[in-house]
Amino acid sequence: MGAAIITNLPALLVAVPLLLAPVSALLHSASLAWMLTLIGAGSSFIAALMLQSITENGVRISYHLGNWEPPWGIEFVVDSATSLTLVVMTGLGFIATLAARRLVSSEINDKDSGKFYAAWMLVSGGLFGLVMTADAFNLFVFLEISALASAILIGMGAGTDRRALVAGFHYLVIGAVGATFYVIGVGFIYAMTGTLNMGDMAARIPEAGGGAVLHVGFGFMVAGMLVKAAIFPVHIWLPAAYSYAPSAVSTLLAAIATKAALYVLARIVFTIFGGVPEIADIALSNVIVPLAIGGIFIGTVMAIYEADIKKMFAHSSVAQIGYIALGLGLTTPAGVSASFIHIANHALIKGGIFMAIGGFVAALGARANLDSITGIGRRMPITATAFLICGLSLAGLPLTAGFISKLYLVRAVLETESYLILALVLISSALSIVYLWKIMEVMWMQPAPVRSPKLAENPAIYLPLWIVAFGNIWFGIDASWLVAAARSAATALLGGGV
Amino acid sequence: MKQNPVFRVVAKILFAPIIMFGLYVQFHGDFGPGGGFQAGVIIAAAFILHALVFGLEAGRKVITARVNLWMMALGVTTYGAVGIASMARGGLFLDYTALTGSVVSGQHIGIILVEFGVGLTVTSVMLSLFHAFAGFVEDRAK
Repeated sequence: MGAAIITNLPALLVAVPLLLAPVSALLHSASLAWMLTLIGAGSSFIAALMLQSITENGVRISYHLGNWEPPWGIEFVVDSATSLTLVVMTGLGFIATLAARRLVSSEINDKDSGKFYAAWMLVSGGLFGLVMTADAFNLFVFLEISALASAILIGMGAGTDRRALVAGFHYLVIGAVGATFYVIGVGFIYAMTGTLNMGDMAARIPEAGGGAVLHVGFGFMVAGMLVKAAIFPVHIWLPAAYSYAPSAVSTLLAAIATKAALYVLARIVFTIFGGVPEIADIALSNVIVPLAIGGIFIGTVMAIYEADIKKMFAHSSVAQIGYIALGLGLTTPAGVSASFIHIANHALIKGGIFMAIGGFVAALGARANLDSITGIGRRMPITATAFLICGLSLAGLPLTAGFISKLYLVRAVLETESYLILALVLISSALSIVYLWKIMEVMWMQPAPVRSPKLAENPAIYLPLWIVAFGNIWFGIDASWLVAAARSAATALLGGGV
Repeated sequence: MKQNPVFRVVAKILFAPIIMFGLYVQFHGDFGPGGGFQAGVIIAAAFILHALVFGLEAGRKVITARVNLWMMALGVTTYGAVGIASMARGGLFLDYTALTGSVVSGQHIGIILVEFGVGLTVTSVMLSLFHAFAGFVEDRAK
């Protein structure tokens, strides 16, 4: 039995959450549904850790679903890049689930909780599958599973704020456009190569004789993923979706959703089109790098002018996604590994921040904005301290995870000797301190307004919140595991082959 | 449409043959065109026709929302359970051959069970979509 589980780890990682979802939909009890979700998320996390330990030394697992040989059957591929992404996503998914119980019970009707957790598991399972699959069309299926379920989760914020419905609908429509672009691109490439398996595509594309069709197909696939990853200027769905969704959902989506799309983007550019650098490299240096820098600045500036806390950090996510995309756009091993480091660290930072905001919102019973959180540092010290740690990490203060990200990104940029980009990265980092300072000043240095109600702390989220805050410090002091894993991920991606 | 005898008689006559045809498409699926998706839609069409002619209330009495939800979940879990069973018997996920050990019987049983799961879920999803939209109009009319 043990051997059967090890062989089938890639399938189990996806199948367990996807199969627990319908069971959860039938449950009436919110706590039972939550426990089921916790089991699903936990077993995915364990599976991802096991896969990581198998693949960290460059082993590549190829899993044939239904025992059909690729390129005919659907193949799951796990190499060191996949498993690092999976560990980050499943880990943060698990922590977000831990925090969900309390956050959900304050915002979601008990009657709907079973279905809420079902959608929660569909999002997770869909995104895990998205990362593992090596079949370009199967990827589209997972994309749809996770997108439809996330639209449901976002819309469930309607219980507290009706604008969640509009945000969910926007996400549904814009996300569908992105997925359609992707599938059109796959169609073009399929017409040229006659295959849907990514490794097989990569081998056949150089022989397919270039031509406009390949360029168009590539363009559609990349454009679709840019929408899904919320890269400027197609990021507009993200701020509303993150800020009106229930707090627990913001945590989950901020930590894992766009990461999967960024990973797929890297797969398309480096794996599928790795054999035709004349297409891939132009797209990276002429499109992705400028867009990434645009996103960094727009996201940061919008965050500075925003008074609503959730929306502020949603805008900041756009900027952080820009940093990740910038690392990919550099096309060097150092750049790609900096991206992976930031994928992990940003998940930790934003997971913690949205969890803490969820705690504030639950205590305040209202949206968190610069007015309502005045003096909250003294009113809810334990949550606010964790928030402060994650905030400092976002700013990139030394001894936090965010610093390691910035350090490796700056080093990677220096290596390519593009000083303009370097200057822009440094300026934008300085700008991000502006909005963080605005919040911290209000939270810690201003006294709470007189006659403000006493806020009850939310002990149920201490454990997950402090795991994340501690992670931010831990990976700031000893990042050797993460850096090594990110290096081998970059080698696996740039080395060619799925 | 409840008052119109033509509709009522036609709906009553057609109900069983539509389901029959759905089942034919369902079981034809493992060796020819057809399968759970198409069959699910056809079978759901029979119930939707019934609800259109005899009213939403009558439709909800035949298959209640609760039963519908169970059917939806059961279909998906049947599909997944086949995958899990094939793993437990030493194969890969959804490797039907591992179910019985022989290619012919294993593939046959596997695909029938999986298509059954798909059919069940598609039927109930179609029904719940219909009732969701129809119920919306009903609410507005009140």
